[in-house]
Amino acid sequence: METKTIRLNAPFDSAELAKLKAGDRVEISGVLYTARDAAHKRLVALLEKGEPLPFDIDGQGIYYVGPCVKDGRILSAGPTTSYRMDAYAPALYERGLAATIGKGDRSEEVYRAIKKSGGVYFAAIGGAGALYAACVTDARILAYEELGAEAVRRLVVKDMPVVVAIDSNGDSVYRGSFDFGD
Amino acid sequence: MTEACFGVTPSYLAALRSAREKESSPAAAYAMDMLLQNARLAQKNRLPVCQDTGMAVFFVRLGQDVRIEGGLLTDAIDEGVRRGYGANGLRASVLDPITRKNTGDNTPAVVHVELVDGDSLEIDFLPKGFGSENMSKLYMLTPSEGREGIKRCVTEAVRAAGANPCPPVVVGVGIGGTADMACVLAKKQLLREVGAPSDDEELAALETEIKDEINALRIGAQGFGGDTTALAVHIGKYPTHIAALPVAVNIQCNAARLAKVVL
Repeated sequence: METKTIRLNAPFDSAELAKLKAGDRVEISGVLYTARDAAHKRLVALLEKGEPLPFDIDGQGIYYVGPCVKDGRILSAGPTTSYRMDAYAPALYERGLAATIGKGDRSEEVYRAIKKSGGVYFAAIGGAGALYAACVTDARILAYEELGAEAVRRLVVKDMPVVVAIDSNGDSVYRGSFDFGD
Repeated sequence: MTEACFGVTPSYLAALRSAREKESSPAAAYAMDMLLQNARLAQKNRLPVCQDTGMAVFFVRLGQDVRIEGGLLTDAIDEGVRRGYGANGLRASVLDPITRKNTGDNTPAVVHVELVDGDSLEIDFLPKGFGSENMSKLYMLTPSEGREGIKRCVTEAVRAAGANPCPPVVVGVGIGGTADMACVLAKKQLLREVGAPSDDEELAALETEIKDEINALRIGAQGFGGDTTALAVHIGKYPTHIAALPVAVNIQCNAARLAKVVL
């Protein structure tokens, strides 16, 4: 049984991402940005208008999370279900986003976008909110503060445990090897 | 009661531990280990086990000899949610469905009131996360579909949900009544001790059969593939119409949180 853990720094190195295989266990350290439903709607609206995003997404990772926060401290920060962001994710991968982190399978369009861009989709363990909060060493709101839990935050994480759910070839822990029909 | 968000129910945890011991898939076993570790950490440091601290659902059994003075019971419950969620840093997840504007304090709660004999007031609190709630299903079967139809549609609901409701799950099933009754009945089954069979022998048999069919899907913990997708299937029934066989499915994720108070 292969149980070695791969350590990765965020923002991500595309050569490192290309080596990952679906099912690999990874620990991420570095900077991640949070965004979920409402923030994605705004980010993609900015892209459509040709306006700049609140942060440069090139090489970055977006974590789908709406944390519990008390007095600025992150109490619980597990992943939310990713399929709700499927409508927005391809446009972001296309513009250089390296990775998304969430839970659950993605749409065919996201598989295609990941393969095309050489990106990755990581699964965090849904329900393990306290454990992920313990990996967050710094958090600050970057945009959309009025969205509350849905605000875009810049997180600094240390040894955040995830699993490669869809690798850059489009293979996944959910479907095995994906049939792109080409 | 909102402190229930700091822990998973003892019966869920016991069922998860036992499933972990038997799990043959390394990926699913890893996910289960993380969940067990998370539950320990949350309990020790009094942190929400899951950041989705849910929409606050209450099942109230109101003794009809009880007289409530000084305001509406539902207002009192909302005030409790407002204070409890606020004081404990639990997430405000409730908003207007059209404008999507957040109410800011996780109110209003969803309150189901049932009148019972006596002079006590029993309240069950179920903070329900929406990763699992979004996977709910209602099937209005024809009577001819019968028992096999029930098994087929419950298994199909869990198959279609895949990894989304954060397995290992508990599957609540409500059979009969009207469409609305079946849905409430399904959710109410999530209040039961995980794995304790129905008192009704026929339902208990159906629970086991459906659980086995679900676990044969091999979705596994977190959808990573494995032996245990459902730790339990809990079924409740209510008489229905001669023309109908309503079946509702409501799934409980691994953040199985409950609190109960009797006044």
